[in-house]
Amino acid sequence: MGSRSFVSKLRDGDEIARLVTFIFAGSVVLITLLLVFELWRESYLPRHKFGFGFFVTSVWDPIFDKFGALPFIYGTMVTAGVALLIAVPLGIGAAIFLAELAPARVSDTLQFFIDLLAAVPSVIYGLLGVFIVIPVMRQYIQPALKNSLGFLPFFQGPAYGVGFLTAGMVLAIMVIPYIISVSREVLISVPRDQREAALALGATRWESTWKVVLPFARTGIMGSIFLALARALGETMAVTMVIGNTPTISASLFSPGYSIAAVIANEFTEATGDLYLQSLIELGLVLFLLTFLLNGMARLLIVVTSQRGSGMGQA
Amino acid sequence: MKRLALLFLAVLALVAVGVAQGALSINGAGATFPYPMYSKWFDDYHKKNSNVEINYQSIGSGGGIKQVTEGTVDFGASDGPMNDEQLKAYQDKHGFPILHFPTVLGADVPTYNISGVSGELNFTPEALAAIFLGKVTKWNDPLIAGANKGVNLPGNDIVVVHRSDGSGTTYIWTDYLSKVSEEWKSKVGKGTSVNWPVGLGGKGNEGVAGLIKQTPNAFGYVELIYAIQNQMPYGKVKNSSGEFIKADLASVTAAAAGAAKSMPDDFRVSITDAPGKTAYPVSSFTWLLIPSKFSDGTKRDAIKGFLKWMLSDGQNEVEKLSYAKLPKEVVTKETKDLGKIQ
Amino acid sequence: MSRRLRWRKFVSHFMLTMTGLCALVATAVLFFILGYLVYHGGTSISWNFFTKLPAPVGETGGGMANAIVGSAKLLLLACLLGVPIGFFGAIYLAEFSGGTIAFVVRYAADLLNGVPSIVIGIFAYSLVVLPFKHFSTLAGGFALGLMMIPITLRSTEEFLRAVPRALREGAMALGASQWKTIASVVVPAAYRGILTAILLAFARVAGETAPLLFTAFGNRFWSPGWDQPTASLPVMIFTYAIAPYEDWHRQAWAAGLVLLGLILIINIIARVILSRGVAIPRT
Repeated sequence: MGSRSFVSKLRDGDEIARLVTFIFAGSVVLITLLLVFELWRESYLPRHKFGFGFFVTSVWDPIFDKFGALPFIYGTMVTAGVALLIAVPLGIGAAIFLAELAPARVSDTLQFFIDLLAAVPSVIYGLLGVFIVIPVMRQYIQPALKNSLGFLPFFQGPAYGVGFLTAGMVLAIMVIPYIISVSREVLISVPRDQREAALALGATRWESTWKVVLPFARTGIMGSIFLALARALGETMAVTMVIGNTPTISASLFSPGYSIAAVIANEFTEATGDLYLQSLIELGLVLFLLTFLLNGMARLLIVVTSQRGSGMGQA
Repeated sequence: MKRLALLFLAVLALVAVGVAQGALSINGAGATFPYPMYSKWFDDYHKKNSNVEINYQSIGSGGGIKQVTEGTVDFGASDGPMNDEQLKAYQDKHGFPILHFPTVLGADVPTYNISGVSGELNFTPEALAAIFLGKVTKWNDPLIAGANKGVNLPGNDIVVVHRSDGSGTTYIWTDYLSKVSEEWKSKVGKGTSVNWPVGLGGKGNEGVAGLIKQTPNAFGYVELIYAIQNQMPYGKVKNSSGEFIKADLASVTAAAAGAAKSMPDDFRVSITDAPGKTAYPVSSFTWLLIPSKFSDGTKRDAIKGFLKWMLSDGQNEVEKLSYAKLPKEVVTKETKDLGKIQ
Repeated sequence: MSRRLRWRKFVSHFMLTMTGLCALVATAVLFFILGYLVYHGGTSISWNFFTKLPAPVGETGGGMANAIVGSAKLLLLACLLGVPIGFFGAIYLAEFSGGTIAFVVRYAADLLNGVPSIVIGIFAYSLVVLPFKHFSTLAGGFALGLMMIPITLRSTEEFLRAVPRALREGAMALGASQWKTIASVVVPAAYRGILTAILLAFARVAGETAPLLFTAFGNRFWSPGWDQPTASLPVMIFTYAIAPYEDWHRQAWAAGLVLLGLILIINIIARVILSRGVAIPRT
């Protein structure tokens, strides 16, 4: 494009268009900065009063103005951990099937349904959790686990139906679609010659998948797991409807617990006293930082793998 | 396509504006304890005065106190009266005081879900404190069985249920426990949100009732009407005279008899563990928290209008929902105080 | 065939069948959810549900008319905030910007996308509810709109970039200015994808509950205008599901069916539009 005078460009509206769209794009940055700033500013009381102790204290006492984040961090981690333990094998298994075995039309159709599963809102999972998962857990699954594996500290204690295990199971269903869709993409992008080389050397389909394709896509799959983890950490409604809402730290998965998102949802509108409210906001800040880190790592890993797959790596 | 979208937007805008005209919208939030009563009252009042809509959200007494102090709602509601600190915070923030207006009398009842037990269990104050402290863990514990001879109590673990949100119902319950148990008073204390030694948390009276109803061997405290409306069995509590009393209109009214005569000017009074042979020990007033000054004249008049109605016609509806009427002396005192709302 | 080979073949068949089972389980969950909602919710959907306001606590016969309208108003506001920012911001990223600014904007969008919805609620509470001293439809719409921005922005940018350079260059060669090119050539070429992006973002926030808890709050009546609290379908589902009243449970199922039905239909429409349209890069 040759150089045109500023006035003529202006008359044509290009500079205006550029400015206007820039303002919109810039507003995204502004909003995000404002959000982080607000979270930081509105949590200064507990940050100064408790400092690092906030993360290792397990007392949450609004009467005596003592707040510690440990039970909520614990609950968030445990439920996410249980969710991944269930969702990762299932998700990767399904992804392998969709990427390696299923004919393209079947694969696309099933992926379509799985994408729909990802669109189901959290409160609907909560609804099903309250009326279906909790009674089933309390009447069948928890007693069964207690009878068979009750010697492990994880499966001891009374079976309420609500608790870490139930929340973890509901979360697992919620995050499976993410693991499946990303892993499937990543597996598909593994170059054909990798598979064919393995098969040519006499490997069975499974061996080629397990020993060659999967390791090649390993980082991308890790990325999908981090993505799923980030989603699980931030889940609010489904968790608060099935976790039991009690700030407890217990080895037993049957125990009721609490997560960061759930306690904010339950107590935010009623936190009288600035320290109380700001402690909740500091919890929000912690959650935000966690998901931010995980999402960042996830993206990095996925990008790295697809670059490898697209030929930048050597066969 | 574009024209359709614009048309749709125009219609919606008209609808929104159209609905905006006419109804005066007043927002309140707070206690779940009187929620069934308030929702009926506000519904009936709206039927009589179709231009006034009083929207009440039951988010718990803690929420009521907090949001009315923040000014995001026009009035609050709580069964735990605001303490001096909270009153001062309100005064400091707004420059004028906030007033307590009692509305009904209600009761916290111990409700449970034990298979095979559909009748009324007797609970002593010691048993109640011990259960909620986590010291008594089984239904057939002697502390419970001792007061319930002849009832076949199972050896199952008690699933304690309490509130997960800031609650006046909790305030009433813990206020009572603090009066009857030194250990509870020093270990846990009374308040809208306490550090519970044991138990699952439910959101609102609704959430606690829901949890107890669905969980075998569960035990918790809810306002009387929630147990009745959901056909849940609830027990008797031993009062300070040694009698096991069931919560009902007569026993709750008896609990308020003493307070009626000596009601403080700001209406903040606790009637748990009240003296009297027939008094139910876990009774309480519940209050609407009304700012003493309104910048919007129409709102103020609407609220005063509602309060006047509440103190007269409204009181005739409460017994149907198992709340007890306010004592006559209290009604007179409140009606006089309506003038304090500017 | 050697024994070892037989074993390896068996393992292969077995494991691959297992993966098929995994895929089956994952897809079955969707139909299970739908089935349950249809079964419980279908029987509870009544004329009352769509036309009546909530009844006093403990009484039957109420409905969710105000929640349905409330959700519609909230989503309208969300679109008014989220779509323009996402759309025009994407135009800037795809057509006008240089490297660093684009990187910063994308990074901020990804950050915003990852913020848990409850934290968005906190932000909207301090920004809109507190200064105006009101819970309001406006605050709720703002929170939902924030969540729409990153989805709309990133997807629209992808689709704009996918439009072949040749189209742009052709238009400019004919003398069109940049903005005219964008308006008359690039955007129309990408419109399927952009529409899909907006629909998917819409479906995503239609089901959000957490950000509404302390912004739109709730209302037992119609919510007049935009500055009063309003009922919404997701919050009603939450409130009714954890309560003990059977009638409320039935209404929660019905609302769940309506909400999920709406979301799934939008998703299906969006994907069908996409599959018939211009070739898009596999994201």
